[in-house]
Amino acid sequence: MGRYALQRLIGIVPLLFIVSVLVFMFIHLIPGDPARLIAGKEATLEEINQTRVLLGLDQPLWKQYLSYMKDMFQGDLGNSIRSGLPVTEMMKSRFLPTLWLTLLSMAWAVVIGVVIGIVSAVKRNKWPDYAGMLIAISGISIPGFWLGLVLIQIFSVQLGWFPTGGIDSWKSYVLPSLTLGAGIMSMIARFSRSSMLETMREDYIRTARAKGLMEFVVVGRHALRNSLIQVVTIAGLQFGFLLGGSVMVETVFSIPGLGRMLVDSISFRDYTVIQAELLLFAAEFILINLVVDLLYGVLNPKIRYADN
Amino acid sequence: MNDHSTVMGSGAPGGREQAVVPDKPKNPFGQFLRKFSKQKLSLIAGIFIVMLFLVAIFAPFLTPYNPDTPNYDKMMAGPSADHWAGTDEYGRDILSRLIVGARLSLAVSLSSVFIAAVIGTILGLLSGFYGKWLDRLIMRGSDVLFSFPDILLAIGIVAILGPGLLNVVIAVAVFGIPSFARMIRSVTLSVKETLFVEAARSIGAKDSRIIWRHIFPETVPSVIVNLTMKIGTAILAASSLSFLGMGAKPTEPDWGAMLSMGRDYLSIAPHVVYFPGVAIFLTVLAFNLLGDGLRDALDPKMKN
Repeated sequence: MGRYALQRLIGIVPLLFIVSVLVFMFIHLIPGDPARLIAGKEATLEEINQTRVLLGLDQPLWKQYLSYMKDMFQGDLGNSIRSGLPVTEMMKSRFLPTLWLTLLSMAWAVVIGVVIGIVSAVKRNKWPDYAGMLIAISGISIPGFWLGLVLIQIFSVQLGWFPTGGIDSWKSYVLPSLTLGAGIMSMIARFSRSSMLETMREDYIRTARAKGLMEFVVVGRHALRNSLIQVVTIAGLQFGFLLGGSVMVETVFSIPGLGRMLVDSISFRDYTVIQAELLLFAAEFILINLVVDLLYGVLNPKIRYADN
Repeated sequence: MNDHSTVMGSGAPGGREQAVVPDKPKNPFGQFLRKFSKQKLSLIAGIFIVMLFLVAIFAPFLTPYNPDTPNYDKMMAGPSADHWAGTDEYGRDILSRLIVGARLSLAVSLSSVFIAAVIGTILGLLSGFYGKWLDRLIMRGSDVLFSFPDILLAIGIVAILGPGLLNVVIAVAVFGIPSFARMIRSVTLSVKETLFVEAARSIGAKDSRIIWRHIFPETVPSVIVNLTMKIGTAILAASSLSFLGMGAKPTEPDWGAMLSMGRDYLSIAPHVVYFPGVAIFLTVLAFNLLGDGLRDALDPKMKN
């Protein structure tokens, strides 16, 4: 297992490197002079030149990249063009709302998704299966931002149960996490159904039935446990998509998180912030995938040995 | 046995062709239709999509009102006999705007997915067929694209290129490429080992001929299924970008842009938001159901 983990760890180093180069290049890929972009529209030629020297934009690209990486490892991702504040500080205060939102969404999505998956698999080709799968495919097809608006209209405007946006109390997280989790819930439901169906065909399930165990015990103790391994993996991999979805949901519900910050920074052309956000999201995504991979190796001996 | 094997097996000693030619159904298209029509939901979804295309093509003849003409006497009026889906904040007929918007949504999503499919399939074929450094290069490249959560990659690309529907097409196409490349690569890897490719190679067929005449046809079902499924994702992504103000201009009758504009009037005129959302939802749902049905009928192995 140690060797497998080490291999995977080494494997992501080149990936992280390329991603960091791409994100670093971001500001150079935008048409126009980066110094002019950062200095702002009203800057004089002199100010633009000052900015260029100040940020090292007159240096060769590889030098710029090295100093960008050096600063990054010291926790410095530059200053916001718009507010002048350090980007790292801005992100710190925005981190918690996004973390809470994604964790809550994932929590309900896994529980409900697995339940729908099990019911659908056990009642295969009967109406609970059809109902469950219809819910699941609807959840994948519904635009998240629209679901959010509909929930606001019904539960905030009409019924007044929850606030329409912001983060004041736990109530503020209910509608956003419902919105964000819908798609993941559907994917988990579909996946756990097929995973359950596969497990139910195994010999040990037949054995369990043959020795006269109740169907409840067969499903709960034997089938569920074995198919959960894969469900956990899938759920983990979806975390990255929650990060993407949080951009939409935080915009709809005016949550001051990382996703909203990205949208705001794009409308204000705050390129240093966009750059930092892309880097953070990609790094998070890669690391989550790594953790999930390792977890899968721990849970599933087949993978572990195949790789050694 | 069947027409396929007699053509392929002409010249070979009787009975041996069965071992060489994979057992093909009598009439692949007929069998596909039979399997597909058993799946009622997918069939309904398919009919819905055909109708949607007809609506998009004949949009100018179908709109009850001019979609761009404001009517300041009837701003944000609810659904009525005159305006089935009500009017928006300028008094424009929402149904007419939805009909014209179907054109935009289908054009944007189809073109981006087609671009992704063509590039992804070519990369997948090359990667699977040649292996070695080319394979590693292409697969590392798709790993890099995969390391940005999809919508974020699109947002990043639009941030570079600037807002606008054309740039949305490019952004959505780019994040669609790796999924095609990976899928086609894995099909290519398995087809490469089959006897008929071995046979083609042994009679001295050129690489390009083997790839296009022998391997590519085997990947077509996977391409079609993935294409259909990705259209739904593309519509969602494009409307998300428009909703964030990075896609269609607010004046364009794009479904996502309509939602974005209507959002401010949610509490006084919810229908402004409901109808465009339902249009997106039903269209994406139809493409997903169709994709599921096609997958089960064309390529049962792909099922999850």
